[in-house]
Amino acid sequence: MKAIEPNPSIATPETFPPPSVDVWQHNHLLDLDDFTQEEIQLVLETADAMAEVLTREVKRVPTLRGRTVVTMFYEPSTRTRASFELAAKNLSADTVSLDASKSSIVKGESLIDSLCTIQALGADIIVMRHSQSGAPYLATQHVNCSLINAGDGWHAHPSQALLDLYTIRRHLGTLANLKVAIIGDIMHSRVARSNIWGMTTMGARVILCAPPTLLPRGLDGFIDNCQLPNVSIETEIKPALENADVVMPLRLQMERQQSGLLPSLREYIQLYQLTMERLSLAKPQVLVMHPGPINEGIEISPEVAHGAQSVIEEQVTNGVAIRMALLYLIAGGKNK
Amino acid sequence: MSPNLLISGGHIIDPSQGIDKAADLLITKGKIAWLGDKGTAPSQSDLTTIDAAGLVVCPGFVDLHCHLREPGFEDKETIATGTKAAAKGGFTTVCCMPNTNPPLDTQASIDYVNKTVEAEGTVQVLPIGCVTKGRQGKELTEMSELANTGVIGFSDDGDPVASSRIMSLAMDYSHALDLPIIDHCEDKDLSDGGYMNDGWVSTRLGLKGIPKAAEEIIVARDLALAQLTGCKLHIAHVSTESSVEIIRRAKEKGIAVTAEVTPHHLTLTEERIMDSQLEKHNQLTYDTNAKVNPPLRTEEDIAALIKGLKDGTIDAIATDHAPHTSVDKMCEFGLAAFGISGLETALACLLSLVHGGQLDLKTLISKLTSEPATIIGTRYGELGTLKTGCRADVTLFNDFASKGKNTPFDGCQLKGKVIMTIVAGKIVYREKPE
Repeated sequence: MKAIEPNPSIATPETFPPPSVDVWQHNHLLDLDDFTQEEIQLVLETADAMAEVLTREVKRVPTLRGRTVVTMFYEPSTRTRASFELAAKNLSADTVSLDASKSSIVKGESLIDSLCTIQALGADIIVMRHSQSGAPYLATQHVNCSLINAGDGWHAHPSQALLDLYTIRRHLGTLANLKVAIIGDIMHSRVARSNIWGMTTMGARVILCAPPTLLPRGLDGFIDNCQLPNVSIETEIKPALENADVVMPLRLQMERQQSGLLPSLREYIQLYQLTMERLSLAKPQVLVMHPGPINEGIEISPEVAHGAQSVIEEQVTNGVAIRMALLYLIAGGKNK
Repeated sequence: MSPNLLISGGHIIDPSQGIDKAADLLITKGKIAWLGDKGTAPSQSDLTTIDAAGLVVCPGFVDLHCHLREPGFEDKETIATGTKAAAKGGFTTVCCMPNTNPPLDTQASIDYVNKTVEAEGTVQVLPIGCVTKGRQGKELTEMSELANTGVIGFSDDGDPVASSRIMSLAMDYSHALDLPIIDHCEDKDLSDGGYMNDGWVSTRLGLKGIPKAAEEIIVARDLALAQLTGCKLHIAHVSTESSVEIIRRAKEKGIAVTAEVTPHHLTLTEERIMDSQLEKHNQLTYDTNAKVNPPLRTEEDIAALIKGLKDGTIDAIATDHAPHTSVDKMCEFGLAAFGISGLETALACLLSLVHGGQLDLKTLISKLTSEPATIIGTRYGELGTLKTGCRADVTLFNDFASKGKNTPFDGCQLKGKVIMTIVAGKIVYREKPE
């Protein structure tokens, strides 16, 4: 990593040392399936340092001064995009934000061509959200700059999983031996898929709970073939919640009911909504998390969403620290 | 007029006559003239001798299922380029699917193909006509008229006839014309826009799956309709274990069914989409070259398909050669076109089964020659044979290295290579020495 000169015009002049190349091996962040426990630990520890920056009056360090971070979102997003852009700005990177719905994509430009254009404009890191699973894997075959997957189709959302791990660690100290219940639309959830990797790597047990129509048919085979003995499947919410340390209901999109996957929202609410009564099955210090955006009154009752056990807002704050850590580590890893 | 050819010193395998021995083959006036012991051929004037020492000499391969893309998709393939690829792959007859633009649903569009083949084709092309107008599944094509243009059967390949009633009517007509319905079996309602086999890999990759049942439901339905109507039914690109079982039972019952399998369904699994066999990537590949319909399945399915080939449940190997441009494939997995370009890699890929001891060479050659020829029948003369008097369609190949283009076998070191392809006594492909 290039030595970065302190800039006297910035109130907090200190920089972070380059990440340990012994631990950090990633030029890209695509998913957590190729992350070791040590690497995840490094992200979380780096995020601690970033969180400290966020407590300052001037939330800015010069670490990525002169670097360009481009966000390309091919799918609507509020929090993830804002979170990455703030994270990049907090590290003094230059940021460019491309709204794919308004750019050359609507003129028929291919993803590869769009990415090559962005690279030619001088991007160091591209943060991409795409509706097609695997799109970031295609991207890394065609560009040399670093790529951060900000969500691809149903496949992965690694920065979300990392901020979930970070939030849990802040409250419960460790992930080891925790019982985490992820409840809802597992089939279409990139958050669930990335959390399966991240949480089990950190030693937690993950219970995936959904109506049978929202569980992918290949889930058992996935667990077997990828050797994930700490992942199990439930179609009833009660056993999933019993003694859980963390409960994470997932957003239920209304069109799932319209496409026949659910008999009715009413039934879904009756069977799967996280209510105060159901939450009492979990451990008393249980954390209630949600990747957002929330459908209050569908997958989670308002009392639970805003209740004492909820850390949903804190997840959003932690997201900025995690993304600062990721941008920093990826930018450093790139130059090793 | 091509010179007379003496193919000398090769290992001749002709399943149509039960021949499997070292012998010489004489071709005169575009026809097989003589087959016998080395050095004993009757003398000929104007004779070119081809040294086939170390090579297998067999009838030219017959492909029941390929996409030549012309008319309409000439950027993907043309009759000229597709038949050249066929010659390179050892195929001397290919049957082209009608999902062109316009589709082959009228006499005029089939005439166009036939005329273009005559002018630009390297190998024999036999067209397949549409079952329904515009491949819409609503109204039958003028099947009798299409039969007069020489179609070898009818298919709405890619967009199977969803209505059981329309399919039964098509079979009634096809039965009267004594031509098969060639059936792409897929319940589109169940496959529902899926991209790959529904299983653990699709779950891992977050890609929408196509359940095996989407194929099996239509295999079962159309066998019931074949029994009802008496129509000959040919099941295209069988890909699942249960499909093989259903077809096996139907054959036992005496239903007039035949079936084909592709080289890629015999050799690759769904896992090929996730990671390349070629290099040990740490990262997932989402390889669009392995995106094909029906999708690549599992090891169990491959075992059942090979068993089906051996016990005769599956009659033929067909490439389902489906060429695409790089633009169609170099994109997001979900947006990429389905299809594998297969004519040039078929033999080498299939020989890997022989080398692996899963299939014997004689059975393999019969599935590429005499058996598909039987399904086509004799209206184009006898195909897939080296019988004296038949048109001299001959393929010579060895057991060394080759490679291909929009194919998941790209860069793969496969053993086996076509050395020469002869159509009607004329050398249409000859391997260039490296």
